[in-house]
Amino acid sequence: MANPWVAFLLVPLVKIVVILLAVILLAAYMSFFERKVLAYMQIRIGPNRVGPRGWLQPIADALKLLVKEDIVPERAEKLVYFLGPVLVVVPALVVFSVIPFGPAFKLFGYEVTPYLTDVNIGILFILGVSSIGVYGVILGGWASNNKFSMMGGLRSAAQLVSYEVPMGLSVVTVLLMANSLSLVKIVEAQKQAGVWYVIPGIVAFFIYFVCGVAETNRNPFDLPEAESELVAGFHTEYSGMKFAFYFLAEYANMVVISSIATVLFLGGWLPPFPNWLAAVWALPALAWIPPIAWFVLKMAAFLFVYIWFRGTFPRYRFDQLMDLGWKVFIPVSLVNLMAVALGVLLIGGR
Amino acid sequence: MTWFLVHFAQIVFYCLAAVALAGAVGVIAFRSPVHAALSLLGTFLAVAGVFVLMQAEFLAAVQVLIYAGGIMVLFLFVIMLVKARDIPDEPQYVRRLVPAAVILGVLLAALVGVGLWAASSGPPADGAALRLVAGAPLGNTEAVGWSLYRDYLLPFEVVSIVLLVAMIGAIVMGRKETGRGGAA
Repeated sequence: MANPWVAFLLVPLVKIVVILLAVILLAAYMSFFERKVLAYMQIRIGPNRVGPRGWLQPIADALKLLVKEDIVPERAEKLVYFLGPVLVVVPALVVFSVIPFGPAFKLFGYEVTPYLTDVNIGILFILGVSSIGVYGVILGGWASNNKFSMMGGLRSAAQLVSYEVPMGLSVVTVLLMANSLSLVKIVEAQKQAGVWYVIPGIVAFFIYFVCGVAETNRNPFDLPEAESELVAGFHTEYSGMKFAFYFLAEYANMVVISSIATVLFLGGWLPPFPNWLAAVWALPALAWIPPIAWFVLKMAAFLFVYIWFRGTFPRYRFDQLMDLGWKVFIPVSLVNLMAVALGVLLIGGR
Repeated sequence: MTWFLVHFAQIVFYCLAAVALAGAVGVIAFRSPVHAALSLLGTFLAVAGVFVLMQAEFLAAVQVLIYAGGIMVLFLFVIMLVKARDIPDEPQYVRRLVPAAVILGVLLAALVGVGLWAASSGPPADGAALRLVAGAPLGNTEAVGWSLYRDYLLPFEVVSIVLLVAMIGAIVMGRKETGRGGAA
């Protein structure tokens, strides 16, 4: 890599293109997966017309959204109305730049890292960037000049700000155990400890994932877009490509939450139970499986749980949602944080 | 080509500074409060970028997380609730503020001037000091933690008490009156 342009521009550009394509495809197929799984949960068949067994359905949906007429309400704030989808989709995709999908490996003699960059404040970067995504929802709801959109935007603002707090607190417990903010180092710390953080941090894990569901506006916390009350909430007025952006961002954010849960609590790309049950379970037999496959598998499990939630739980009422966030999750995660800190002090060799 | 690589940080700095200043002007120039809030958001993000250039990545992340992601969202929440589109302009109120604005402007210019003079007479800052923990270079997060919880522990705790008092005050004032007489 003598030429600085190769290291400085070409390699990152290729990685960016690969990651973006993978995420967008994954988001599209996530919608297909969701419709299929929900269908089977409700003893239906689900989409099965486009392509073999319906496998081309997401492509057809994407094409339809691309060529659909883009309607802008006459009394909308044009600039902010346009900014809304952009502000929601850009953070959702930018976050993928620091998620480590696997360890560094050799390819044609070069060391390749299957992530764009490993910043030493990785997890803070993710929390910060994804907190920008709220603006897309609030501003989109406000600029539509429609009371349902407005209500959806306001609900979303209150919900996201409330659930960010317990989410942050549960992330801090992992940081205490790993002693680092870098996502790669967090995974490596779990390898060294010989245990995934889901075991010492079971409470934090539970709170993190439930808050993640709330942060992505998914069932049972999908109040900002509750169909039965608000038509479609903040994106009522959006159509065509702008709607597709909201849609893409929602699914990309689910992938983000699942990826971070995998990295923080399930050991990222590590195979199941490092060191731990190795004697019981003939694990070397699994050694040929590439680390990225483990990562994707764990992430997919979380994505399935998302859909499972949607197929199972009724929607919360707004006051119940706020009660759960402020009166249950915040106190519990504060106590849990103290307990984990004490544990790290007593057991951890610092 | 190499010129670009060498001066990359400076180019980025001037871009970020331009965005931050444009945002700051936008805050006072826009009529609509939502547009003003948005340009303030732009300023916050640009300042976070400047923090990154100064190798203070922890400050950058916290700036985005707290100011852009938390406080500004609450501002917007309030602005949207009061339906600011309907508030009429009040020029006579603005005119009364002109003398105060002039005095404040002169003071601010003096402050910035003194700051610039002090900065240009001292050694050039490279941001490395923001990463030193007890003299050893560790990282910005460690450095912030060290200075907050070792060097400035008492002021830090006092500030958190002040915040707590403000929070309790807000809750007491915002509480609904209960019909039972008593404390309400």
